[in-house]
Amino acid sequence: MKMVTLQLLPYTEIEGLSSIGRIRKLLNIAKQDKIVLLQGRLRKEEETELIKVTMEEINKEFQGIELAVINPANNQLSGFQKLKNDMIGAVLGDRQGLTIIGPASVVKAIKKDPNKIELLTSEKKKRKR
Amino acid sequence: MAFSFVKQIFNRFVREFFGSRKDLKLGLYGPPNSGKTTLANKICIDWVGEELGKVSPLAHETREIQIKEQISIKSKDGKELMFNLVDTPGIATRIDYEEFLKAGMSEAKAKKRAREATKGVIDAIKWLDEMDAVMVVLDATQDPYSQVNVTIIGNLQARDIPVLIVANKVDLKKASMKKVQAAFPQYEVLGISAKYGKNVKELYEKVFELVK
Repeated sequence: MKMVTLQLLPYTEIEGLSSIGRIRKLLNIAKQDKIVLLQGRLRKEEETELIKVTMEEINKEFQGIELAVINPANNQLSGFQKLKNDMIGAVLGDRQGLTIIGPASVVKAIKKDPNKIELLTSEKKKRKR
Repeated sequence: MAFSFVKQIFNRFVREFFGSRKDLKLGLYGPPNSGKTTLANKICIDWVGEELGKVSPLAHETREIQIKEQISIKSKDGKELMFNLVDTPGIATRIDYEEFLKAGMSEAKAKKRAREATKGVIDAIKWLDEMDAVMVVLDATQDPYSQVNVTIIGNLQARDIPVLIVANKVDLKKASMKKVQAAFPQYEVLGISAKYGKNVKELYEKVFELVK
């Protein structure tokens, strides 16, 4: 049976880091074949930088990452709920939501829709008897 | 990253004050295999009479930025627009050369393709700042909630670059316009089939609205 390790990362662990520091921290964990569950999210430009750095580091052992960000779906709310959500967002900033980063060798795909998230892990290539 | 922000501001300033319409860059962005080059070819054949690039069912066929300069299109009411069309490699978060091996490539070719594909993704991201307007081409048969789509569109929004979401492959049974619209409710989504030319005339009209 294949073991999958999930590493929880509170936002405080990346809060004081520079953009490249945040990316390095997340990528280093993913490169250890662990799935990162980060409280909150990266900034938009940090997300593209994460993709860029990931591409620069792809080699025979590291095939890249699967990435998903779950954010409170504002567009499904209306009126007071939306206002409340906006106010929470203004206070919490990037701490809101959840970011999942998994190494491509472990996570085959992350399927996301507004209400659920499915994490499909890679099948083992050889089965021990 | 701070340099990138300053560059964005500078580019926007240059665009607004010195920008000439004939230097307008219209980018095609999206995940691999969404039909960006098929659409680029359709646009180029319709207005220039020749194709821009090779297409393939295998992902990452386009691994370099391809540009067709000075394409001049006309609207139904006779307006004219000239732009440079920039077809970009598909943006992905993973590239596995073993997938190319499975498609029958030799190991050396598969590794080369993977290497070029990673460079293509980096180049596509670097070119984001250069765009004046972007059509994000999504495969309407695939999951629109993929983080790559969200990241591309979020970055364009943050850079204040006008975006049109193009849901391609609507000729296929599995295509769902509703899903794409539900994923990006704040954007206009136009369903097309670049392969068969469905709704492409409407797309040209939308390009005029996009860059006005």
